[in-house]
Amino acid sequence: MDTAFAERRRRDLIVAFILAAIAATVPLFVKDSYLQNMMVLTLMWGALSQSWNILSGYCGQISLGHALYFGLGAYTTTLLFTKFGVLPWFGMLGGGVISALIAMALGYPCFRLRGHYFVIATIVIAEIGLLLFHNWDWAGAAMGIEIPVRGDSWLKFQFPRSKLPYFYFALALACVAWFVTWWLEDSKWGYWWRAVKDNPEAAESLGVVVFNSKMGAAAVSAFLVAVGGSFYAQFVSYIDPESVMGFQFSLLMALPAVLGGIGTLWGPMLGAVILIPLTELTRSYVGGSGKGIDLIVYGGLIIAISLARPQGLIGLFSLKHFAGLFSPKGKEAVR
Amino acid sequence: MGLLYGLIAVGLALIFGLMDVVNFAHGEFLMIAMYATFFLFVFFAIDPLLSAPLVAAALFVFGAVVYLLIVRFAVRAKANAGMVQIFSTFGLAIVMRGLTQYFFTPDYRSVTHSWLGGKTVSVAGIFLPVPQLVGALVAIAAFGGLYLFINRTDFGRALEATREDAGAVALVGIDKNKVFALGWGLGAALVGLAGAIMAIFFYIYPDVGASFALIAYVTVALGGFGSVFGAFAGGIIVGLVEATTAMLLPPSLKAVGIYAVYLLVVFVRPRGLFGSM
Repeated sequence: MDTAFAERRRRDLIVAFILAAIAATVPLFVKDSYLQNMMVLTLMWGALSQSWNILSGYCGQISLGHALYFGLGAYTTTLLFTKFGVLPWFGMLGGGVISALIAMALGYPCFRLRGHYFVIATIVIAEIGLLLFHNWDWAGAAMGIEIPVRGDSWLKFQFPRSKLPYFYFALALACVAWFVTWWLEDSKWGYWWRAVKDNPEAAESLGVVVFNSKMGAAAVSAFLVAVGGSFYAQFVSYIDPESVMGFQFSLLMALPAVLGGIGTLWGPMLGAVILIPLTELTRSYVGGSGKGIDLIVYGGLIIAISLARPQGLIGLFSLKHFAGLFSPKGKEAVR
Repeated sequence: MGLLYGLIAVGLALIFGLMDVVNFAHGEFLMIAMYATFFLFVFFAIDPLLSAPLVAAALFVFGAVVYLLIVRFAVRAKANAGMVQIFSTFGLAIVMRGLTQYFFTPDYRSVTHSWLGGKTVSVAGIFLPVPQLVGALVAIAAFGGLYLFINRTDFGRALEATREDAGAVALVGIDKNKVFALGWGLGAALVGLAGAIMAIFFYIYPDVGASFALIAYVTVALGGFGSVFGAFAGGIIVGLVEATTAMLLPPSLKAVGIYAVYLLVVFVRPRGLFGSM
């Protein structure tokens, strides 16, 4: 490991720590519950996108079926709580473990597929999950499940009176997802993943255990997404198959990473910070009334960004870029 | 029904085979074709059967324009090419859905009292709905036409050649962009044809494309990406599987059968049924 890389990693950790500390104090100044809601969602989608990025960004296995793990997390927690009274904390872990196991079970046949075949397989599998939950009467079928409010406590993970606890949990989740990514980036797995992404055949010939490292990425990614799903279920306190397992969730998880920079440490968080408030604002200002203007703006934005900056916005924020802006020679180098 | 799936999928397969791009707005192409048919019927009283060529022509232009405005740039992306294609065409799908919602409201519409609507014909004791039957015939005719077109005309040969080696084709003076734009137009025209026929017996609403799009991807992948014949065969298989699952499982689960068959096929043959290995 060269020193520049070690230096960068140390700097990343410090920057993350400062940003997390600043984020933690924001609710002290911003009391508006609409804005707090937006911040919770931003952190949650940032965390989810960060988790998605592990499998799809670092390891290069583009999944558009992560809604399955999101939904499994949400359903496990909710069903355990409403049917057996199991505390959401255990449900969260249970959902994570179930999702990780399922991700590995599905990975076993799916990782043989390449390119679009793999992407379509992930979509199709998530869609099968959605349809099964739609028809599963015990799990509320298409009607969904309402999570009964049993008071205001960390133990039961319910806070009907305030958004603050949700905010801090979402922040913690985002930090964990970021830290796991940071940690994995310099692990044996991290190097394997990048090798697998760049050239699977070459990686195999150099002794990288391609299959196992893909499985590892899938398990970690699914576990974190499931925890995010169970958080979401507690946050909105009502779930139905469409609202936790729909295809749009798979996309929403991928979008911030794509926008910010896929396969990068900061990309997903940056993407979420830009995209989620924008989505919420277009929805509340020009959306509503089923007019579809929010969709037009949102879709137009996706086209524009993906065409204009395929590598993601993250490059705009690098030190090199800033340095480049001040010297004419550097400007060329940045391009 | 399977033949119509085939027709929808052939358009997708053509585009994919041509330039390795999956059009995630394919379902929305179908949706606007259905709307176009609907409005031609309501305002000018043109029966869907007659407007089908008109709609196909309109979609041809639309497809070519989409290529020139969006896809041309997506293909050029150096970083994350796959994601850029997925998200630019997906963004287009969202915009198209938003626009239809804005202009035409999310209401369900249907073409009533067309020449063929609601009629059935009995063949060897089995009653078949006429619109579906005509749809199947149109699909077969279109597929035949496409086959001749690709194999017998200059443009078809240019298409095939560009598909095999875009770089070499540029050397002999064929404009790659022109060929690709025409290819996109052709793919869209096929969907337009399917949409016009389907407008006779399906409700029309802004999200209608989404339900067919996934089936179209599955159909293409089932047959093997890049194989136009595979897409058509895939369509027939999907239609049969759908009919079989509809008998065995509750109607809301009928798509599960299609998806399961897809997974089964690609797990055994990771390149689809007719895809080159």
